[in-house]
Amino acid sequence: MASMLEVKNLSKNFDDLSVLKDISFSVNKGDVIAVIGPSGSGKSTLLRCINQLEKASGGEVLVCGKTMFSTDENGKVVYAPAADLREIRLKIGLVFQNFNLFPHFSVLRNITEAPVRVLKKSREEATETARGLLKKMGLESKENAYPCELSGGQQQRVSIARAMALSPEILFFDEPTSALDPELTGEILKVIRQLAADGMTMVIVTHEMEFARDVADRVIFMEHGVIVEEGAPQQLFGAQASERTKQFLQRFNSGKEPQD
Amino acid sequence: MTGDEIWGVVKILLKYLLPTLKIFGFTLLYSVPLGMIVALLKMCRFKPIKWLTSLYILIMRGTPLMLQVIVAYFAVPMLKRSEAMPSLLHKLLEAVNIQADSYLFNTVLVAFVLNYAAYFAEIFRGGIESIPKGQYEAAAALGFSKRQTFFRIILPQVIKRVVPASSNEVITLVKDTSLANVVAYAEITMKARQQMQNFSSLTPLFIAGAFYFVLATVLTVIFSFIEKKLDYYK
Ligand SMILES: Nc1ncnc2c1ncn2[C@@H]1O[C@H](COP(=O)(O)OP(=O)(O)OP(=O)(O)O)[C@@H](O)[C@H]1O
Ligand SMILES: [Mg+2]
Repeated sequence: MASMLEVKNLSKNFDDLSVLKDISFSVNKGDVIAVIGPSGSGKSTLLRCINQLEKASGGEVLVCGKTMFSTDENGKVVYAPAADLREIRLKIGLVFQNFNLFPHFSVLRNITEAPVRVLKKSREEATETARGLLKKMGLESKENAYPCELSGGQQQRVSIARAMALSPEILFFDEPTSALDPELTGEILKVIRQLAADGMTMVIVTHEMEFARDVADRVIFMEHGVIVEEGAPQQLFGAQASERTKQFLQRFNSGKEPQD
Repeated sequence: MTGDEIWGVVKILLKYLLPTLKIFGFTLLYSVPLGMIVALLKMCRFKPIKWLTSLYILIMRGTPLMLQVIVAYFAVPMLKRSEAMPSLLHKLLEAVNIQADSYLFNTVLVAFVLNYAAYFAEIFRGGIESIPKGQYEAAAALGFSKRQTFFRIILPQVIKRVVPASSNEVITLVKDTSLANVVAYAEITMKARQQMQNFSSLTPLFIAGAFYFVLATVLTVIFSFIEKKLDYYK
């Protein structure tokens, strides 16, 4: 099995605040990994470091075998040359919690703009791909709508299509349903399930425990910037889970998310 | 005033509509792009540049435009006469011909452009800063370059947001052109004043007022049209 993503001893500090400590895990082709954990545990920061939205403070990350950054013997983080970083970045798609669609573009243009401007595809080809993706998302009738005319669930499906349009090797989701009304989360989870069935490699930060248990091959439980436990869903959601994981899930299930 | 006299005044003022529109048009032409640059400089992370830009904006917005026009007009002749000038500056100033016909227009234009650029800069900065961080992050995650992000994602959204405030500035500008009469730049207001004295009548002033009113109204209509055009989202 090909390793799509390799994270070794990743650390991240914001000034004095140590947000990620010694994070290591790897993702193989076709894996679906759910990342769970209390608020502030560093889940978003982890995705953002791998997506180059934050600079890492230490460790090493390889995407599809290519080194994105590593740490030299003096503890200095060395990033790959800009051209490589651009290429690596396109291998990972990111879906945001609050969609971040471009409001001045139509649905279709939101999806085609990056393939046209970044991958230099022809507009016809990009449009064809986009229509295919919209169909998959059940939004074929919305291609000329603007994001503000769509429901939250529809916007999130457009943003998934937008990320997919660059044919990434891995898709990251940062709490894709947290900004949605509860009755709209189902349509997003359905889309992600479909992607999983299609064999898409995904890392999903989520508070939907049912969903994580269902769809994930592996679950990572994070707390205070470290991976407390990693394993199959049956293990983490089962009786053999570590005390910390059990505590978190128990508090989570009792209704309120533990605020650290 | 008789009807013929009034018509005569209207014709004179119509002739001086051009100098008024020249100031208006060239001020816009230069102050909008300059304002954009000043806005970006003010957001510069290099502190001294940021401070200098802030000082410039503070002075331009904190002092009257009329005073700035007077300063611009007298600065060159005064500095030319001053003994304490570095010779390099003297040489530079020597190149300026204050007798030339264009000198008056150019000094007025410099004052207007510098002043309006400061106002536009603040509007543009507000517009740029109002764009959520998520737009930059989404663009970065999709692989857009910094340049593409600014011109394709950020700027179009900024334009929509700054149109209402900018339209106020533009309408103010058309009226502010009358300030140029303080250095005897021949435009509508100055000519209307002369005609007022000729005829010992207020009518020429009202006619001038009507000119500005029509210009401002036309601009209002144009801007509400633009705002409607940009109303296709959010
Ligand atoms: N830009 C930043 N500057 C300083 N501190 C930050 C920054 N971004 C995140 N943090 C801090 O890093 C820690 C981890 O934040 P992060 O957003 O990764 O948590 P999270 O697990 O995604 O939480 P949530 O479930 O609420 O989304 C928090 O304590 C947060 O305050
Ligand atoms: Mg988060």
